[in-house]
Amino acid sequence: MTTSKIIDSAGFKRTVNRLAHEVVENHKGVENLVIVGIRTRGEFLARRLAATIGEIEGNSVPVGILDITLYRDDLRGKLDQPQLKSTEILFDITGKVLILVDDVLFTGRTIRAALNAIMDIGRPSLIELMVLIDRGHREIPIKADFVGKNVPTSPRQEIKVKMREADDDDAVYLVNLDETSKEEKR
Amino acid sequence: MKLHSRHLLGLEGMSKDELTLILDTAVSFREILDRPIKKVPPLQGKTVVNLFFESSTRTRISFELAERRLSADVVSFTAAASSVSKGETLKDTARNIEAMKIDMVVVRHAAPGSAHFLSKVVDANVINAGDGGHEHPTQGLLDMYTLREKFGALEGLRVCIVGDITHSRVARSNIYGLLTMGAEVSVCGPETLIPRELGKFGVQVYHHLEEVIPKVDALNVLRVQLERQKSGLFPSMREYHRFFGVTKEKVSRAPKPITIMHPGPINRDVELSADLADSEHSVILQQVTNGVAIRMAVLYLLGTTN
Repeated sequence: MTTSKIIDSAGFKRTVNRLAHEVVENHKGVENLVIVGIRTRGEFLARRLAATIGEIEGNSVPVGILDITLYRDDLRGKLDQPQLKSTEILFDITGKVLILVDDVLFTGRTIRAALNAIMDIGRPSLIELMVLIDRGHREIPIKADFVGKNVPTSPRQEIKVKMREADDDDAVYLVNLDETSKEEKR
Repeated sequence: MKLHSRHLLGLEGMSKDELTLILDTAVSFREILDRPIKKVPPLQGKTVVNLFFESSTRTRISFELAERRLSADVVSFTAAASSVSKGETLKDTARNIEAMKIDMVVVRHAAPGSAHFLSKVVDANVINAGDGGHEHPTQGLLDMYTLREKFGALEGLRVCIVGDITHSRVARSNIYGLLTMGAEVSVCGPETLIPRELGKFGVQVYHHLEEVIPKVDALNVLRVQLERQKSGLFPSMREYHRFFGVTKEKVSRAPKPITIMHPGPINRDVELSADLADSEHSVILQQVTNGVAIRMAVLYLLGTTN
């Protein structure tokens, strides 16, 4: 197994900064904007994004956390049950512009689940998707509106996102799995 | 982390980790109950049968709601309107229903051990919704959930169960669960309605409410079953109320307010005075709401593991 760092701590900050500016520019401000992060690292990214947008625009954007466990399509196939956590969206999303945030976009199944979960909570007027890394290999037709970095990968590779909130530092790694490893996370 | 068994038959023998997993999972489902759309998809395509051989309003509705909110298909069965009245056995009823390709069974039956028995004769997941005087695990769990929500933790919490302990499945499930979670459990009731060996479980036994009230954080008041009086275990409702009825006046002697719980349905002014049942220290309606969340958690945890 070999690992290479593709984004370091400084690069991480610059990427989040750029994404925040893109959102503000596209929407000509932050009026009516809400940010929802998918647990776990999507939540951290959503908070950082909101903080950066706050610095740029001078007003705060509501941040919510989405747990998609109940909406997964592989719930019954998993050997180990994922721990169910709470969705915490303490504001009305109906009629809002909702930026959905996750760390890595891969098969697209997580986003499908997240969209269903959002629809059960309210009816935003617009939903856009922001991801830190798009690694390709989509299995359903989903596309991100804001992408931190496109990283073409092979199925034998993995993306590891580290964030200070849960790990030692901010970084993104590309991991080459061993040929013998059966650990295909699909 | 997952549950050890495919069934929920009782809280006896369940580990602290398992109980904590159910309580933690229920927190997520409690949030869903406050949403405008109170429905999530994890049991889509699963069929649950509610087999109620004994009358029940709260528990059956609570289970049905929990099942529907998880998107399961639900069939409910009550003994009065079924072939049980034609003499069919529990085993035959269950196997016939299972032959119709169902995934989970929720059972309430007057015979202790009926849920265990069912779990051996059918392939479906079995959830005990009360088997005679044995256990009522989801009631025990929702009582624990309500206490944890109110006090933050169960460890060291002083809880007294008041009433007919001998014939109460609610008492038994509460005792097993609370002791595992590290709470201090006591019981209070007439000598005729408390099993003699209870002290061996690590449960304090009292026969006077006045004695126990200053020493507890919460009272779980059990329903007096009218048929027990006929069998001579206590002389009259009025006498029961005088000695074991929980009233505002009696709990006012406690150094701090005591939380009041009751599994329902209440005999007002028999085991619990009406003013206390409706007071700010009563969490009886929270218990009912939490019951749906707990049942969703149990159905989800059992229904999504292979």
